[in-house]
Amino acid sequence: MRALTRGLLGVAGFLVIWELFGRSRLVPAEYLPPPSVVAVELVKLLGDEAFLRDVVATVLAVLIAVALSVGIAVPLGLVLGSVASVRHATRAVVEFLRPIPSVALIPLAVLMLGIGPETKITLAVYAAIWPILFNTIYALDELDPLLVETARAFGSGRVRVLASVALPSALPFVLTGIRLAATTSLVVIVSVELLEGGSGGIGQYIAIARSGTGRMDIVLAGTVVAGVIGYLLNEGLDRAQRRWVGWSSVTGGRS
Amino acid sequence: MTAMLEVADLGHTYQAKDGAHTAIADLSFTVGTGELVCVVGPSGCGKSTLLRTISGLIRPTRGEISLHGNEVRGVPDDLAVVFQDYSRSLFPWLTVQKNVEFPLRRSLGRAARRTRAAEALEWVGLAEAGRKYPWQLSGGMQQRVAIARALAYRPALLLMDEPFASVDAQTRFELEDLLLKVRTEQDTTVLVVTHDIDESVYLGDRILVLSTSPASVVADLKVDLPAQRDQITTRESEAFVALRGEVARLLNVGKTSEEVRARRKANEQQAAKWAEAERAEASRAEAEERAGTT
Repeated sequence: MRALTRGLLGVAGFLVIWELFGRSRLVPAEYLPPPSVVAVELVKLLGDEAFLRDVVATVLAVLIAVALSVGIAVPLGLVLGSVASVRHATRAVVEFLRPIPSVALIPLAVLMLGIGPETKITLAVYAAIWPILFNTIYALDELDPLLVETARAFGSGRVRVLASVALPSALPFVLTGIRLAATTSLVVIVSVELLEGGSGGIGQYIAIARSGTGRMDIVLAGTVVAGVIGYLLNEGLDRAQRRWVGWSSVTGGRS
Repeated sequence: MTAMLEVADLGHTYQAKDGAHTAIADLSFTVGTGELVCVVGPSGCGKSTLLRTISGLIRPTRGEISLHGNEVRGVPDDLAVVFQDYSRSLFPWLTVQKNVEFPLRRSLGRAARRTRAAEALEWVGLAEAGRKYPWQLSGGMQQRVAIARALAYRPALLLMDEPFASVDAQTRFELEDLLLKVRTEQDTTVLVVTHDIDESVYLGDRILVLSTSPASVVADLKVDLPAQRDQITTRESEAFVALRGEVARLLNVGKTSEEVRARRKANEQQAAKWAEAERAEASRAEAEERAGTT
């Protein structure tokens, strides 16, 4: 409860500073409307069906992107993590691809895939794969040889060691990777919506509010909603992690 | 008494980058059915290599090992190991009950597994702890779980690698007595590797004293103490004191001649290297097994 109180105090402090700053005339009020104005707009937005449809579009795109990234990165990580020769062979390619910001790939993706939702999902998957992939590989590196020996000494073969020892032991790392991947996909998806449009979503809603009417209060209200979605994603996955693999934090910082 | 374990002319040489290291040379001994034999030797003498070859985790370069008459190739079906480091050998994501059930998953159905595990936990005095996770228990209790897991497997031979070296003295006494109790009750054949002279005398029916590396058997001593042991009176008895003196003398304990000191130092310096070679060997053995099964 105290952590919650402290968190709420932090949020309240932030809102107060924003309010004072917005009303101080250091910046024109139409550029940075204070939270009291934004809050009113936010309530209106939450009753607006078009906006809610955009929220659903963004959240759905994030969920699809995360699911696809898990489906690609976990098996790939298991292969790269357990077969050293494959890892060495692919290292140069991986290290070349990884630092490319996915936003820089927007022109290429639009050219190849058009401006439908598949473009933003593809770009989000591109960005979300890395944290899951690297955490999975790292997890296999960290696998305690004594656990493997114990299982082998009880007659477990290769497949059983992988399924009943390597996988559960890797799970905390993989979940951390997924948590990072979820927020990364949200950032990429909202960015693509903002820059390209055409596929709906909060980003597009914000872009239209800005360019058409110049309504910064709507822009900020949309931004707040994007922030809340990110917070909920992270928080939800964090709870799931603590619930499912709570043992890892007790047995020595494996997250 | 029939022999449960026979080790004949066993030798093992690790191939390291900078030359070969012979951990074991010409090791021969037998363990009779129902016996508790302690292997005691100076640190870095190849005790854990011996244990790993017997358990089939690594293949020895020379010699033969057989378990109730069958030659050991790969991990035998009816052998269980208790390692020193309980915190790393219990699976942290499984409850105590599931940890004990782990080795039974291949052979038994769910209900039979559960009964067998509960029974083994009762033997070690942890009947109430089944739903807990290993990390919620003290070190001594965790090692009890590891012992229960090994016993639940009903092994023909129970191998223990320095099983009580990581617990405090009080707990160690408790666990030693627990081992003596369950091995009598369950009629288990046990081979305990230890560097603790007192422990080897207290636990063993027989003691095998190993030389410094490369390990060979220096002496095979019968422990002439009553089967019922007691932490205070047994340790006070003349026979106990005489035997621990004899083992200590065989191990050169406390001798500080230049030669002994130099040899010990050289041993310690190389211990790290050997440990590395050993790990490499273990993963190689695993890779071989993998190649064999796929």
